[in-house]
Amino acid sequence: MSHRITVAEALVKCLEAEGISTIFGYPGAAICPFYDKLADSKIKHILVRHEANAGHAASGFARLSGKPAVCVATSGPGATNLITAIATAYMDSIPIVAITGQVSTEQIGRDVFQEADITGATEPFVKHSYLIKNAELVPEIVKKAFYIAGSGRPGPVLLDIPYDIQQQFIDFKYPENVEINSYRPTYEGNKLQIKRAAEAIKTAKKPLICAGGGLFTANARDLVQSIAEKANIPVICTMMGVSLMPSDHPLFLGMVGMHGCSAANCAISECDLLILLGARVGDRAVTAIKERDDFKVIHIDIDPAEIGKNLPVNIPVVGDLKAVLAQLSEIIEKCDNTEWVKKCRSERICLTATENENKIGLNPAAFLEKLSNLLPEKCVVSADVGQNQIWTASCLKLNGGRFITSGGMGTMGYSVPAAIGAKSAAPDAEVIAICGDGSFQMQFMELATMIQHGINVKVIVMANNRLGMVREVQANNYENKLVAVFLDGSPDFVKLADAYGIKGEYVNNISEAETALKNLINSDKPYILQVKVDENEKSIL
Amino acid sequence: MKHTISILVENNAGVLARISGLFARRGYNIHSLAVGVTDNDKISRITIVAEGSDYTLEQIEKQLNKLIDVIKVRSLPADKLLARELVLVKVCCKPAERSELIDIAEITTAKISDVSQETMTLELSGNQYNIATFEELLRPYKIIEIVRTGTVAMQKGSEGLRV
Ligand SMILES: Cc1ncc(C[n+]2csc(CCOP(=O)(O)OP(=O)(O)O)c2C)c(N)n1
Repeated sequence: MSHRITVAEALVKCLEAEGISTIFGYPGAAICPFYDKLADSKIKHILVRHEANAGHAASGFARLSGKPAVCVATSGPGATNLITAIATAYMDSIPIVAITGQVSTEQIGRDVFQEADITGATEPFVKHSYLIKNAELVPEIVKKAFYIAGSGRPGPVLLDIPYDIQQQFIDFKYPENVEINSYRPTYEGNKLQIKRAAEAIKTAKKPLICAGGGLFTANARDLVQSIAEKANIPVICTMMGVSLMPSDHPLFLGMVGMHGCSAANCAISECDLLILLGARVGDRAVTAIKERDDFKVIHIDIDPAEIGKNLPVNIPVVGDLKAVLAQLSEIIEKCDNTEWVKKCRSERICLTATENENKIGLNPAAFLEKLSNLLPEKCVVSADVGQNQIWTASCLKLNGGRFITSGGMGTMGYSVPAAIGAKSAAPDAEVIAICGDGSFQMQFMELATMIQHGINVKVIVMANNRLGMVREVQANNYENKLVAVFLDGSPDFVKLADAYGIKGEYVNNISEAETALKNLINSDKPYILQVKVDENEKSIL
Repeated sequence: MKHTISILVENNAGVLARISGLFARRGYNIHSLAVGVTDNDKISRITIVAEGSDYTLEQIEKQLNKLIDVIKVRSLPADKLLARELVLVKVCCKPAERSELIDIAEITTAKISDVSQETMTLELSGNQYNIATFEELLRPYKIIEIVRTGTVAMQKGSEGLRV
């Protein structure tokens, strides 16, 4: 059955057909036809306060729902404001569908008011994009956009829709299926390769699993754990993989890399078989191992281009982690790696969080330990970028919850909008954004979004009055010549929150932490903590 | 090392920009690039000659394959390479010199495509070596203008690259 409706209305119907319940956006003239029809739909629109945050919120939503999420902006500046969010989603393989208004087709290319070539500008970091010039194709293109964003290695897809196209009438019928000849991701792993992997695991003396963000995408957390347990293999994770296994699991060693923990870094520099699962071996994750040639690598990933890109691989397996690990777990044998596991575990020093001496504020590790103890099982912690991110990724203990952050791009200003998105997707979870006083000032406008839409996100600002991580770089590599890292002039964040009608309190030392954290977690409304941290605190505690 | 890569793509807007962007962004050097539609007007074929190590070539192929509009990528084996480019050369040519140039054309199997009072334009298709020799032979006649297409290529033998 088909009847003639405008493209704008068709777009709304497409989103409904995709099961989209919530979208994040910011309107403008060029996208008004779409908003006009959105008003008649049940889809909830969350008005953010900056387009980048619409993208980050969609990213947070997608990470929790496991499905593509939608953000919307107008042409020109609205679209260009989205760019950072699109690039951020691309680097972390997050499925978002970004819809932008565009000037009318006959005006494209004439530099008219609010025209920006957004498909051109985002070309390097979209999975795919469409500048739609044929109204009749809209339903098919939207179907393709969702399919492309969410399948294979997920990523952002941009739909740029000119004003006049939005107003044209078409016969609407949403396709049930879509086939793209030139795009067929591999899901099943090659049986022979999987067998080789199983054999390598059997013969290895010091096997090690290094797991990345791909495990969340593939929804394969349980499988990793069961394989690790069955073959007695220690597990480390990249920043994108934090929280994939319970922190107190006996086989779990922690996060690897430049800012990782010593147990994980020792393990990776000693293993004789590295099993990379949905990790792209980013430069900050795996440095130590690149100089070695006395170990084997199994790399399982859905994107063949990642295999062998940064590290030579002995046994490549292309496929969906869930499918491949399921196949692998069937043939994998029980292994005795007791000595190796014992050795790895012995490096696992518990960060005994002590009170700071001669320092202002509190020890972030001690604070995060208290937070870990109070967190409910169903929780999402979204960390920003900088020292706060390193502290959170390495000190927070999550047993069942989810950690999200901008891993690949390191985009400041991600944590709060991503938390807003996560909370919208998982309303039952306790959602907390942790950021620095620098990054908070890139995103505090979203406190209004939380209030306006009743989104109960909690915010913890680790306030050191510095762009802490950059200060640390300058301290270590530039003879402590500190330039442009002082945040003097920053507001009192508790008072700032109060101006939005959000309650909060100060945590000036560790003795105040527990009560404050309880108040934060028990609040059924947004809540903020301004936590005092010494300006000279190091990233690795 | 030089590699010749054939790419079949959906004939969609922006596909060439995506491909050339990919090469530029990842620092792969393009020697030449030629595009044309195939016997199916929805599908174009691109031939790229690129410089790089085997690692680079593998990366190029994999990254190209990730582009949604790219249907097939094949790096053509050097020993089975059938490669051609076309060159048009306009040289100064007084009427008295015509017979010399006609001789050169005959020997090199070039065609004479245009003649004026003062000039002659020759056309040759061949591999890069034939064309280089041809250019050398014409250099004494003062080249006024020269234009070369990029390489188009396919694999020798019975195998064919199709969708
Ligand atoms: C958008 C953006 N701009 C700049 C940077 C570079 N950068 C990385 S960490 C950092 C400092 C962050 O300071 P703050 O938010 O106060 O966190 P802290 O490191 O003090 O915990 C900066 C400026 C970045 N990652 N993202």
